[in-house]
Amino acid sequence: MAHAHNLAILRGLIKFKSNTQKIWGVLILLSIVTTVEVALGIVKPSWSLAPVLGMKLLNWIFIILTIVKAYYITWDFMHMRDETKGLRRAVVWTAIFLILYLIFILLQEGGYVFDVYKDGFIKRDF
Amino acid sequence: MSTTVVNADTEGKTWGGGNQPLKASYGKMMMWFFIVSDALTFSGFLAAYGFSRFKFIDSWPIADEVFTHFPFLHGVNAPMYYVAFMTFVLIMSSVTMVLAVDAGHHLNKAKVTLYMFLTIIGGLIFVGSQAWEWNTFIKGDYGAVQTKGGNILQFVDTEGHRVALKDFVVADTHKERVQDERKSGLWFTSEGTLPTYTVEEVVNGLEAHDNVLVRTQIINEEGEKTVLSRAESLRQIKENGKLVVEGANLHVNEYGSPLFADFFFFITGFHGFHVFSGVLINIIIFFNVVLGTYERRKSYEMVEKVGLYWHFVDLVWVFVFTFFYLV
Repeated sequence: MAHAHNLAILRGLIKFKSNTQKIWGVLILLSIVTTVEVALGIVKPSWSLAPVLGMKLLNWIFIILTIVKAYYITWDFMHMRDETKGLRRAVVWTAIFLILYLIFILLQEGGYVFDVYKDGFIKRDF
Repeated sequence: MSTTVVNADTEGKTWGGGNQPLKASYGKMMMWFFIVSDALTFSGFLAAYGFSRFKFIDSWPIADEVFTHFPFLHGVNAPMYYVAFMTFVLIMSSVTMVLAVDAGHHLNKAKVTLYMFLTIIGGLIFVGSQAWEWNTFIKGDYGAVQTKGGNILQFVDTEGHRVALKDFVVADTHKERVQDERKSGLWFTSEGTLPTYTVEEVVNGLEAHDNVLVRTQIINEEGEKTVLSRAESLRQIKENGKLVVEGANLHVNEYGSPLFADFFFFITGFHGFHVFSGVLINIIIFFNVVLGTYERRKSYEMVEKVGLYWHFVDLVWVFVFTFFYLV
């Protein structure tokens, strides 16, 4: 079985000598990202609480960092980097498209229900 | 003369069959598509959680105040450290899994065995941690009062620190209240464990302690829960207090909206079930490795397939961690 692994991450910025080394490199990267997330979650610096696009900036940072982690888990641990373009797109774009749609529909509706409760003649505080 | 057609002489002919455009084996591809469908299931759950959260955006529990415990450190306020540890354990077991896959490519049986074993241990530590997390969550620690409208009223001192019911309430008036069991009346009616205190006792305790205030679910502009004035606290409890709540289950939840507990149990439970079945599958594969099944097959692809599943479980946890504990 010949398995050619693509050993470069971060668009070729870091190149590893062997697959094992790449695995440890990715572990370090994921650990750093998780540590940053937890530190931000505990400290909650005041600049990060500014509202951006309907959410706190901090929440956007968390979501982006999560997607970064998901990318490295899928690309390097699950070896998506080494699969053909066709398989990669069939898996990734299908999921991303459907999930974005689902999230949009449900969050939009949740916000609407909140407004109905808030502005309508419904008493909740008793 | 063999009657089985092994190769139909169609190499190089695009439509002649025998092509593998995705260059992946059947099993691996099907594992990928199973993962896609499972990812959609999980995103359905998480999006439903988002729906409920946006629906109650001004009163949702704050995760930092709910998950504050660390094993063996009683009374220490340690928000998120334990989940961070759990996340690290799961990522670590993902690493040992991918090392097992890598060793499999080199047909190194000893190394595959070792790494599969470490992966299983990591999975077990994670499931155990989750059981501990559930136990702490179900028990609760401060207690609260639920109002007629289903809102939760918690108690704080004048500096804003949480106060547990047991610190200011005395159980004295409800000696005659007996838990309804199946044997005591109609066989089909019963009730859960009675709370330690009655609402009346909480009112008495609140009146006796001037420094205890009521905190509502509503989140104010500073992103903190609203604390009522002393007079308003007494009024709320007296007029609206209905039920004393200790800990959380599918009906009531001392941390706030019952939906929070429902989603917590359902989503982390479903994920925990995935980890558990992942551990079982890993154990089966581990024994196959030890018995030399893949050694004889000259291919460790089975390890790779179960590895995909295991990484997926890790991937889901990364999202659960973000949306339940961080955001």
